[in-house]
Amino acid sequence: MTGVSLALKRAAPAPALPRLRAPLVFGALLMLFGALLARSLYLQWIDNQFLQGQGTSRYSREIEVPAHRGRIIDRAGEPLAISTPVKSIWAFPGQVDATPGQLALLALALETTPQALAKKLDDGSDFVFLAKQVPPEVADRVATLKIKGIHDQNEYRRFYPAGETMSHILGFTGDRDVGQEGLELTQQEWLGGKPGSRRVIINRRGEVVEDVEAIRAPQAGRDLALAIDARLQYLAFRELKSAVEANRAKAGGLVILDAQSGEILALANWPTYNPNARNRVAREKMRNRALTDVFEPGSTMKPFTIASALESGKIRPDTVIQTAPGTFTIGPNTIHDAHPNGALTVEQVIQKSSNVGAAKIALSLPPATLWQTLSDAGFGATPNTGFPGEVAGRLRPAKTWKPIEQATMAYGHGISVNLVQLARAYTVFAGDGELKPATLLKGNGPVAGRPVVSAGTAHAVRRMLELAVQPGGTAPKAQVPGYRVAGKTGTAHKLEGRGYTNRYVSSFVGFAPASNPRLVVAVMIDEPTAGAHFGGEVAAPVFSAVMGSALRMQGVPPDAPQDNVILPPEGGEVREET
Amino acid sequence: MVRLNLVLLAVLVVCALSLVTSRHQARKLFVELGREQVRARAYETEFGQLQLEQSTWAMPVRVEKIAREHLGMQIPGPGRIETVPGGAAR
Repeated sequence: MTGVSLALKRAAPAPALPRLRAPLVFGALLMLFGALLARSLYLQWIDNQFLQGQGTSRYSREIEVPAHRGRIIDRAGEPLAISTPVKSIWAFPGQVDATPGQLALLALALETTPQALAKKLDDGSDFVFLAKQVPPEVADRVATLKIKGIHDQNEYRRFYPAGETMSHILGFTGDRDVGQEGLELTQQEWLGGKPGSRRVIINRRGEVVEDVEAIRAPQAGRDLALAIDARLQYLAFRELKSAVEANRAKAGGLVILDAQSGEILALANWPTYNPNARNRVAREKMRNRALTDVFEPGSTMKPFTIASALESGKIRPDTVIQTAPGTFTIGPNTIHDAHPNGALTVEQVIQKSSNVGAAKIALSLPPATLWQTLSDAGFGATPNTGFPGEVAGRLRPAKTWKPIEQATMAYGHGISVNLVQLARAYTVFAGDGELKPATLLKGNGPVAGRPVVSAGTAHAVRRMLELAVQPGGTAPKAQVPGYRVAGKTGTAHKLEGRGYTNRYVSSFVGFAPASNPRLVVAVMIDEPTAGAHFGGEVAAPVFSAVMGSALRMQGVPPDAPQDNVILPPEGGEVREET
Repeated sequence: MVRLNLVLLAVLVVCALSLVTSRHQARKLFVELGREQVRARAYETEFGQLQLEQSTWAMPVRVEKIAREHLGMQIPGPGRIETVPGGAAR
């Protein structure tokens, strides 16, 4: 037995390891270490962006610094448009987990019913706004409910205190407080703030503990001062509205200009809309008709024909023009005076608004001369007020004029203008023959204009315009107690398609006080249907009411006694031509 | 030599500690600054809202409505306006 065990012992010698195994294992381990080292070196020096980014994101944040949109203020500093922060409440309906009690409280905070809320949350979309642009207090109340899946976001909302009285000039802003219409659109660069951002270090509670760097400095929007006077604007709006309603007209416009600086003190349109609640407002109501729509001005054009002729020396204010028998034939066409007159002086042609007289005077001029005067007075060119979409109107080149066209243009047909152009053109007669630029932005007092006619001609026409509002003229209803006024009526058939219709545009443009004009007021009533349609009956009373109140508001000293208004007996009025 | 080193060590420790405290102070002050800035923004917002409110209350439409309906006032007709001559007013 012992022999066997001995033999067994001898048969198990120590196993001989392969000679290379130890160095191989050692080498492999070394290589793993090497790989580890290489990886860490790689991460440390070469591809370090990702981890470093991850690291910084644990403690540093880039936060946005909001910037206000600038206010729009009137010439006295009264705010007309202000942005204030609001919040919108939104939800991921799939994540919302609220008890009926919470839902009821939420509905209470948002001033709606739990049923309406539940309906919004159940309509199957991934994302839904529960309330848009609510005051921050409301959003805070919602936040305290701590309902899962309901969030809020910061926004700005623009408010317009003047509402519908000024909506056409200001326009409005859309999403993210960016201008969409009116001056909000054209002055976007000036008004719009540019939000900045800065990098900060936060602690574990999310509080900012250190400013690292300002990435972009926020740029607050600047305030925009308009030439508009909010009080005059309201006055203009109120009178225009009541006139449009009283005459059952389709639309209307009213412009007040400062005669010395050309600034637009008021610009009202009807119909209008409320910019604070403009859901489903027809595009039609948003149009700033005084700047974007043209009409044939009718007789308000005559003073420019006369001024052109006076300037060229063809006539003098007392030159006599034969207008009998009240018709004037040019080729196949005949011009009519609805109320025939006999021989009239040039002054009376304006006072009585004779079409035949104006046509005869126009035909005594070379087309280029008349064209030059009209063009210098700003017709056929955009008024450059800085309003989007303003139109130039139509003044065809003199070379293409036929005699009949030259004759009708003398009394404002075959030419189209917008209301601001027309008002601005009258600054020629309100001043010393210079055309002032019409501006919507506040300027610094009187400005030099562009000379159109000589001071002498301007004063002569001003005298004629003063006659037109006195008894014997076409617009005694334009008179203002205590002030001498000057102005011209216009009544034009509306052009539709290829011919004239029996619908009218009634207008009146004038200025006061005539001794030293301060304000120009232009009124346009589109399609009056309540009986009267003459400018002297429809537009002149509006002019009188607006001009009287405006002059008093501006503190302009009277230049006539209080009892200066002399109205002719009923029915004895002179009506102008159409 | 050893003494100098000990003194320098002490100075170093003091400097290090003061750095820590000043850093802490700076952060505390900064947090406060942040809070004040938030308040300033809130006041700015409130100012805007008050301005808005003021101008909404003061709009001529509303003033006229109240004058007409509550105070029974009316706009005088042309015959009822008397102008005091400029010279006499002064």
